[in-house]
Amino acid sequence: MLRFILRRLVGMVFVLFAISVLVFLIFNVVPATNPAQRIAGKNATPQLVKSVEEDLGFDKSLPEQYLTQMKLIFTGELESYTTAHENVDERILEGIPATFSLCIGAAIIWLSFGILFGYLSAIRAGKLTDRALTVLSLVGISMPVFWLASIFLYYLTFKVELFPASGYVKLTEDPMEWANHLILPWVTLAVLFIGFYSRVLRSSMLDVMNEDYVRTAKAKGLNNRRVMTRHVLRNSLIPIITLFGLDFGAVLGGGAIVTESIFNIEGVGLYAAEAIAKQDFPPIMAITIFGAFFIVLFNAIVDIAYAYLDPRIRLGTSAA
Amino acid sequence: MSVEPSNPDLTDAAEPGPAGTAASSSGTGEGRGPWSLALRRLSRNWSALFALAVFLFIVIACLAAPLWANQVAETGPNETHPLEKLHVDGEVREVVEPSGAPIGPQWLEAGGKFFLGADGHLGRDEMVRLLYGGRASLFIGVTAALITTILAVVLGLLAGYFGGKTDALISRVMDVIWAFPVVLLGISLGVVLAVGGLKIGPIHISGSSLWIPTIIIGVVYTPYMARPLRGEILALREKEFVEASVAQGAGPLRIMFSELLPNLLSTIIVFFTLNIANNMLLEATLSFLGAGVQPPNSSWGTMISEGFDSLYSHPILTIIPGTMILLTVLSVNIFGDGLRDALDPKSKVRFEARSGTVEPEGTAV
Repeated sequence: MLRFILRRLVGMVFVLFAISVLVFLIFNVVPATNPAQRIAGKNATPQLVKSVEEDLGFDKSLPEQYLTQMKLIFTGELESYTTAHENVDERILEGIPATFSLCIGAAIIWLSFGILFGYLSAIRAGKLTDRALTVLSLVGISMPVFWLASIFLYYLTFKVELFPASGYVKLTEDPMEWANHLILPWVTLAVLFIGFYSRVLRSSMLDVMNEDYVRTAKAKGLNNRRVMTRHVLRNSLIPIITLFGLDFGAVLGGGAIVTESIFNIEGVGLYAAEAIAKQDFPPIMAITIFGAFFIVLFNAIVDIAYAYLDPRIRLGTSAA
Repeated sequence: MSVEPSNPDLTDAAEPGPAGTAASSSGTGEGRGPWSLALRRLSRNWSALFALAVFLFIVIACLAAPLWANQVAETGPNETHPLEKLHVDGEVREVVEPSGAPIGPQWLEAGGKFFLGADGHLGRDEMVRLLYGGRASLFIGVTAALITTILAVVLGLLAGYFGGKTDALISRVMDVIWAFPVVLLGISLGVVLAVGGLKIGPIHISGSSLWIPTIIIGVVYTPYMARPLRGEILALREKEFVEASVAQGAGPLRIMFSELLPNLLSTIIVFFTLNIANNMLLEATLSFLGAGVQPPNSSWGTMISEGFDSLYSHPILTIIPGTMILLTVLSVNIFGDGLRDALDPKSKVRFEARSGTVEPEGTAV
């Protein structure tokens, strides 16, 4: 087991390294324009462009540039190109509490409702409940987040002033207001995943229901609900857990960017949205690496959890 | 609407399945080939057919955008009418009031002009913009799905067929892209390319071209399709009909394209369809954030982003393009579901959810 964890962690470091290289290439090699020229502005004198180039190290070789930039990111000295003296890492750290509040709350909602709807859908397969839930979950996954958010904002904060429109109140300052400000964003963020998870769970459960051991359990005379919860549901949760690991990592790592910017929650995603509007590369670069870190981390956690639960994986039969 | 494996008449009908019977796919003979069976199943699925009708209606409406623009609204998507006045039943209405507020929906009162009102202080016709924006969104959705499909099929075939080092290389690269948050990768590329455009050898694509978001979205989703395809090919490669083909002296190309590919078609078709839906959502997200479609082009995503500033005074400007996205994506998803049930009642694809194929994580939140 320990060996498996170690191998997985080493793999994680390699993937992260590859990602950092790729991100570096995207921001430093792909652009067809001279970065120094862009930073210095359209009407800059050649001298100014030259000095910017030297200051930020754009005149060095690519590997050197890569090392400098990564060093800046990991020592917390990376600065924005457009806002003077804005420390990128500090801004990201400042955003973490808001982003985590949003994501953890939404995750609780989407897991509970996703599992509930998927379960109901599966045990009533083909019946009216199932059909209604199937349509609902399809609507959920087809809905652009900003559409739902706009409807919420217009009808629930403006027409009927049920909820505060936007902003984030720190949990430590006022827990009630914290939750009150986050309810709409939580629901908005959760809807897509509820739809998706209930679909996955439904099909996974329908599959498991055809397994021999389920028939055996029924033949033993266990009552239906017990078979459904103890035998079917439990075994059907595996794909949900995998998905959850990936999704939660993605959302934590700035994936909630649209929700955050619409509801004006000062998290990592909102910072990313601001940087995009200003075409400010360093924050986007840092946030992408930050986001990838969470995905890779949760990927590894899921794998390790699997290996713990299922020895076949540990022995390398499907570790690849 | 959805088929569960326990349904007896459907499992019966499903028996041959497109896989493994490529030779009989011509549909002639007894007329019970896998494709005609799939077609029959699909034609019984009224919700899928209705969804297809809705989707085609939207596509045709958007393709007919110039017709509406020239014949009915008599304006273009980017033409401004800040000072114009409409005469409705002898009443004069300003397209943009002195306060800067745009006119609301006129429906057919002004002969179809400003059907959905104007879009802001510039006084552009919202309906015309909606139709033209839809062209951009649909173009990106479909073209990016084509790009994804081609890339994924080629990469999947190479990795799955050759295995060994080729497979290891392709799979590792896919793993890295996989680990990226999709939205952030799209954004990174979108921002970078919108600034300076894209240069590939002699081809230069300007930063405001629709091709930039199209290519980005096509590339970003490639691993989500290539991975499961590779898995299927790995399994197919061991089948007897491939061995038979090898014994007959077929080369790699022939095996890949005339033996393996036909057996993957049903999977590819389903992925392609569902991909269109995901692409349109990602396009809208990128455009909403300013990393997708760039001015002077506009799409439903950019329209929402523009309309969002006046959400409280003119909610229609945000809600209508959003509803169009919802309708289009929903119809594609319902049709795609029906297609999957019809082509593949045992649902190989559905369980790829384990690897996040149908809805890649972080799709558009």
